[in-house]
Amino acid sequence: MPTIPQQVPDSASFAPGKSARGFAPAFGPSAALCFEQMSARRLYIFGGIALITAGLLFGDIFAVFVLHQNAARQGEELVAASRAVAAGNVAAVNEVFAHLGNLLEDRGTKVDAHVHMIDAGYLALLLALVQPYIALSRRTKKSLAVLFIAGGVLLPVGIFMIRYVGLAGSPFAAIGWASVLADSAGALLILVLLVQAWGFWKYLRSRQLSEPELPAEDSMPRRALLTGGTILVLLGFVHGAYYAGTFLYEHERMETVILQRLIDAATAGNLDAATAEVGNLGGLAGARAVNIAAHSHIIEFGLLAMLLSFVQPFVFLAEKWKRRWVKLLLGGSVILPVFVLLELKLGLLAGGIADIGGLMVIVGLIGMLVGILRYAGGLDAAENDAAEDVR
Amino acid sequence: MTGSRKLLIFGGMALAAFGMLYGLQYALFAEHQTLDHMGGSLAQSFTAAASRNLAQSHAALEQYGKTKYDYVRQVDAHSHWIGLAMLMIVLGVIFERVNFREGIRQLVAFSLLAGSALFPLAVILQTYHHGAMVLKALAVVGSALVIAALAATAWGFARPRTTA
Repeated sequence: MPTIPQQVPDSASFAPGKSARGFAPAFGPSAALCFEQMSARRLYIFGGIALITAGLLFGDIFAVFVLHQNAARQGEELVAASRAVAAGNVAAVNEVFAHLGNLLEDRGTKVDAHVHMIDAGYLALLLALVQPYIALSRRTKKSLAVLFIAGGVLLPVGIFMIRYVGLAGSPFAAIGWASVLADSAGALLILVLLVQAWGFWKYLRSRQLSEPELPAEDSMPRRALLTGGTILVLLGFVHGAYYAGTFLYEHERMETVILQRLIDAATAGNLDAATAEVGNLGGLAGARAVNIAAHSHIIEFGLLAMLLSFVQPFVFLAEKWKRRWVKLLLGGSVILPVFVLLELKLGLLAGGIADIGGLMVIVGLIGMLVGILRYAGGLDAAENDAAEDVR
Repeated sequence: MTGSRKLLIFGGMALAAFGMLYGLQYALFAEHQTLDHMGGSLAQSFTAAASRNLAQSHAALEQYGKTKYDYVRQVDAHSHWIGLAMLMIVLGVIFERVNFREGIRQLVAFSLLAGSALFPLAVILQTYHHGAMVLKALAVVGSALVIAALAATAWGFARPRTTA
């Protein structure tokens, strides 16, 4: 293994990467920028940010077009259940609960698709960080990166399709083709992680870096993302602790109390009271949902900001534009969870502002993605040098 | 690699592996049964009420409440172990940027590791002893350790660089 030279961060340089040497000089630096081959690390970074962006966009669309409508239909089904109880119609109660199960599956698969796409993106960014410590060949690492990104795309797509594909054409009794796709994609991700672990074990034996570490530049965007990310995680944790200490037990107790009152009112034939209790249950579910969503989103955005701080050397943009995307991302990361929390007091207005916060994060991520696409590949060229030295 | 970074990276990896294994065994041996039991209890409380069997309805609803109490804590503890472990690994990569001397960094890293292990453990143990004050207090201590460590880390990141 060669000694890895210290990298000079040069995200503003227009010097073509070494891998562009196959092009005629007439193509010039701009062609080199366009045709620079991606290393495994850049594939993970690009793919990771793209997955997170797509997951956030899907979450925004889900929040606007599905989430509230789904909650309203759950309420309608519970009202129907109370009517069935009042009428003493056991078959109708069972039918209502079958419908409720479908609604919960609809919501659950969409939430899972959103979460899994974003988590695969986080994992991709983490893998980008550890690439210097994976002692495998450049080609193997790149193939693994392609497989990982493919798995990260197919897993949430499979989960999303479960509800729509069902058991159509499936040879299995309880597992549909969409589940098979999702499980296969999950297995692919596990396989890639196992091979990465093997590469890491090889590194531990040799203690030789396989490529340069990311430059330790001390820029404002990087510091802001690191500090801002840590503060966001801290705020999320403080909020979670406050919610758990103040409301969690009370909310859990209230759920069974309200359900009991609903059943009692329905049994007594008091349909107005039963309907009111369904409303109370919806309000309680809303209060829990916004608190948990705010808690998890602010922590996820904090972690995202910290991960993005590492990849700033790959963002090929002028410093002022890097700062703008960082500010937009951090601003959106605060606005979304804060206004999700305020939904209980301000209603749809707060929901709309929260969606704008989510869009700010998405735009910030797309801005960074553009910067990564424009990156000339100075760090990749160093990796090539290292690989050639090995040969 | 400094001691604080080793503590965070290897502690985080161990915690993540433990959290994943715990989640796997729960998913394989308990989760589906628990979900079936939870949904079944709620449905049964309504069908029993429709049959005017209020005692059975109340019992089923009580069972639903208990099952959900356990399920929420099992899932939360599992996801918090893994989430906090991931945070520790990420912090471990850049912990030299926390601008304190190594002794303080090790204290912060240890607080984060101890809190990250203790807080979800106390939450899980609550499923065996519903509402036990000692376990609630342990969860508070664990989360306080994490909060204090994160606050110190954020402060260390924001400070101008004066130490290695």
